[in-house]
Amino acid sequence: MDLIADRGRRVQVEELNTTKLLAHAAKQTRDKKFDDVLVVDVDAHHYENESFGEILPYMENDVLKQLALASRAKGGRGNVAPSGFGYQDMGGRVTRYPLRSSEKTDEKGPHRDIQLGNRWMDAMGVDYSCLFPTGMLSIGLHPQKEMEVELCWAYNRWVTEKALPESGGRLFTMLSLPFSDPDACLRHVETFGDRKGVGGFMVTTVRPKMGVYDNAYMKVYRAIEERGLVLSFHSGPSWGDHTFQSCNRFLSAHALGFSWYNILHCTNWVVNGMGERFPKMPVIWIESGLSWIPFVMQRIDHEYMLRPSECPLLKKKPSDYMRDMYYSVQPMEIQDMGALETTFRMMDAENSLLYASDYPHWDFDLPSTIWDLPFLTDKARHNILGGTAHKLFKLPPRNEAQKANLIKYGNYTAA
Amino acid sequence: MAEQFIGKASEFKDGDRQIVRIGEDEIGIFRHEGEFYAYSNFCLHQGGPACEGLTIANVEERLRPDKTSMGLHFTNDMNFVCPWHGYEYDMKTGCHVKDKSVRLRKYDVVTKGNDVYVVA
Ligand code: FES
Repeated sequence: MDLIADRGRRVQVEELNTTKLLAHAAKQTRDKKFDDVLVVDVDAHHYENESFGEILPYMENDVLKQLALASRAKGGRGNVAPSGFGYQDMGGRVTRYPLRSSEKTDEKGPHRDIQLGNRWMDAMGVDYSCLFPTGMLSIGLHPQKEMEVELCWAYNRWVTEKALPESGGRLFTMLSLPFSDPDACLRHVETFGDRKGVGGFMVTTVRPKMGVYDNAYMKVYRAIEERGLVLSFHSGPSWGDHTFQSCNRFLSAHALGFSWYNILHCTNWVVNGMGERFPKMPVIWIESGLSWIPFVMQRIDHEYMLRPSECPLLKKKPSDYMRDMYYSVQPMEIQDMGALETTFRMMDAENSLLYASDYPHWDFDLPSTIWDLPFLTDKARHNILGGTAHKLFKLPPRNEAQKANLIKYGNYTAA
Repeated sequence: MAEQFIGKASEFKDGDRQIVRIGEDEIGIFRHEGEFYAYSNFCLHQGGPACEGLTIANVEERLRPDKTSMGLHFTNDMNFVCPWHGYEYDMKTGCHVKDKSVRLRKYDVVTKGNDVYVVA
């Protein structure tokens, strides 16, 4: 197969083989004995658009389904899901993007996405991964809320009825909520909340307008909390957003966007006392890196002291509520080790941080990024890689050594 | 330091590369503009296969004397890119193109007649 390099030059490369591509990750897994450590990846992805042929038939409304199916037919000119601008593949430099379709899987085996998932999980020493879609992370940009509802419904049925059951329990998910429609959100929680492999629900935070504090959502949060499930907020970039149209490089829009949308909604969540209203519901902020957390803590604590009348529900500082929540680690900014250590201290990372790979996206992190940090205690390493997620999602250890380590570091809970 | 036979020079076309394992290290040997370059295949970022990705020309932004930009352009310098996350290394030095302190271990390559050896 050819890749396009500089000035359109064509370069011959072999087909993609994830196991081969990640051979060095597998070496790390062996060298660091990750098999003895429960490793839970709370944010990994597949490309659900490749399975739209299977997903769209689950849509309920016949007219919208017709629109969606017709858009995919040969010659169809529709565009059912929002798609953004950007160069995630870095001009083909991250070769797994252009080569993706060349990877061979067993046609008689489980779903292709499951086979690919097993390959990278095995290489990285990951025991369980939370599977999220990719393109549908932009679902909040869809101008039709009924289409957002239909697509979330179809995806959530497909992933719980078709994909996850073929994963042997190693993949779980937090299902995407059609957040533009609070009543539909509730129906999703009530319908899917008790299904196998559902650890909680996820709100995509790339949206033109969203008030996580709106009274209309309280019934949704209550339903999630009552079921002992997790609520997560997954960020993303949106280069077309007014805020980011000033960015002339994808790097800028990507680096800022992924943090920005979670900064925005996390601030609203905290200031409106959601931690007081739903103290038993674990909340995770996903894929924004970590460097924004000290910034928001300092900034909001500062204004809280000056303007207490605007957040009467709070009984402690905003940063205390932030420490009560959880954060996925990726993409971890390891540039200034001292700043990173301060970030870990400020966020109480030992109890609030969750390992995430984000594989196969271009800025994925291996478990070794946590394991090798010089300032962590062994307990913090084990907690972040999987111990804390084990408690949140009730995922059983996969061998006796993992169980012993969970017990040793005070994380073990029988399923 | 031992010399390890890699192959026949005549079998390496310009732009070809080969990955060999020597002891604990893997080494990527490139042939570029008639010269051989050899580097550790373990990326200094997260350990990815640094020498197994795309080779692509370096990109520069050209400025006019009044400091206005003429946009982005490929140069004649060639880089190789780690396929995991895109660390871009200078073909001739093995240094990250933006931070020279990030430098892959370099190995000498010697040719004897038509035979190519890497010294490791
Ligand atoms: S491991 Fe090479 S770029 Fe990340």
